[in-house]
Amino acid sequence: MSDATNVPFGPQHPVLPEPIQLRISLEDENVLQALPALGYVHRGIEKAGELNDFQQNVFLVERVCGICSSIHALAYCLAVESAMGLEVPKRADYLRVVWMELHRIHSHLLYLGLLAEAFGFESMFMEFWRIRERVMDLLEMTAGNRVIISVCTIGGVRRDIDAEQARTIREELPKVREEVQRLVDALLGDYTVKRRTAGKGVISGQAALDLGAVGPTLRGSGVAQDMRMAGYAAYSELQFQPVTFPDGDTYSRTAVRAYEVFQSMDLVLAALENLPEGELAAKFKGRPDGAALARVEAPRGELIYMVVGNGTKNLERMRVRVPTYANIPALLSVLPGCEFADVPVVTLSIDPCISCTER
Amino acid sequence: MNLIQKARMKSPWILHFNAGSCNGCDIEILSCLTPVYDIERFGAVNVGNPKHADVLLVTGPVNRRNERVLRNLYEQMLDPKIVVAVGTCASSGGVFHNCYNCLGGVDKVIPVDVYVPGCAAKPETIIEGVILGLEKLAKMPAKPRPGRTSAEAEKVEAER
Repeated sequence: MSDATNVPFGPQHPVLPEPIQLRISLEDENVLQALPALGYVHRGIEKAGELNDFQQNVFLVERVCGICSSIHALAYCLAVESAMGLEVPKRADYLRVVWMELHRIHSHLLYLGLLAEAFGFESMFMEFWRIRERVMDLLEMTAGNRVIISVCTIGGVRRDIDAEQARTIREELPKVREEVQRLVDALLGDYTVKRRTAGKGVISGQAALDLGAVGPTLRGSGVAQDMRMAGYAAYSELQFQPVTFPDGDTYSRTAVRAYEVFQSMDLVLAALENLPEGELAAKFKGRPDGAALARVEAPRGELIYMVVGNGTKNLERMRVRVPTYANIPALLSVLPGCEFADVPVVTLSIDPCISCTER
Repeated sequence: MNLIQKARMKSPWILHFNAGSCNGCDIEILSCLTPVYDIERFGAVNVGNPKHADVLLVTGPVNRRNERVLRNLYEQMLDPKIVVAVGTCASSGGVFHNCYNCLGGVDKVIPVDVYVPGCAAKPETIIEGVILGLEKLAKMPAKPRPGRTSAEAEKVEAER
């Protein structure tokens, strides 16, 4: 490897919005090896989770990752509720689904825009982000904040969606859907986009399973695995099938996310349709004792929270396993052999979220 | 105000650095560029090169690993320059105040001109913060350039 050219890719790089460094060895234009250097966003949240009160932790874990923040809060709440044996009211379960799926829509639209920008399709980036703002408006209307919405609490949710707001969401989502459909057709049907994404960074279904890939990275290789099928919150009562694409390349992973946007819209509408009346949050006494685990589907894949309580207000241990961390081995396995120009696109295709990865 | 200063006010170029943020503020900064907020109408462009930038937007509480990168970027920017700390954790550490790897704010490492509150800071607030920073930038004297002694620079400044 003495003739190889070494290129540090990141942590501050114009096309990569995330502070991760990939040390890439090149021979001519081809990547020989890619090694990640992590730690630029490590804050020590798992330790801080032991120092805070277990109820304050909900706000801390939301800041593990700003893009899928409420899903982190949900996973933490599910774990603590299971440790305390709490029964969550039905209405809270359905409201959780509404907010989680709105969050997934904004996260996937964000990804589609960033991917378009990674190969220089600037106007597509602008279009996707323009539509995403309407989803952000829905989040702001219902939760009061745009990105970090703080709706989950231990035992249920902190806010309600009233009839007026539900009607606005029902009216707005079909309009958003129409516009996204138009853009997705343009993105996935475009010849140039196909040349930049199809056949790039191919992971077979078996390899993806062996490397422990999760979420759209796994479903883009044809494996139908989605933690929402496990039926947490109200997902067991809502009909849905995981979206899969067979090819395992960047194009497939993008298509999975694009079609999941529509699926999430269906789930939001179905959850609002079947929204039961009732309490927002279960009242509880006592403190978590014993260990519990919760697995949920974040926009980037399976998210696991483990909490160990010891009967005091502080947790003994909080452990987070995030989807991007699970997807990095899959990414590193496909980078060697790529052309250097494809590295940003292939790297983005796992939708890396480094602030999750390093916590 | 000379021509260069005028041009700088009309078109502030922005460098964004993520110093350990949760991505919440970062996606809001990107939102500023997109059609709904569209800061390009003020001539602001997001650039990747610190040597081209006038405004440094920093998000996140800064940890021990990216401290060096942040200082390096700041030193590469040419004077005059302003630093805007975006978000609560960039301003004071915020929710990460008791995390062992966090330094607790951008001002622990480099001087900060404007603090933008909010978790995550809203695009309107970020734009407001940059505009406040520009008012400060307009009053900043041009520092001596390399190759010019400070006495000469003062003479040039006095002639303006």
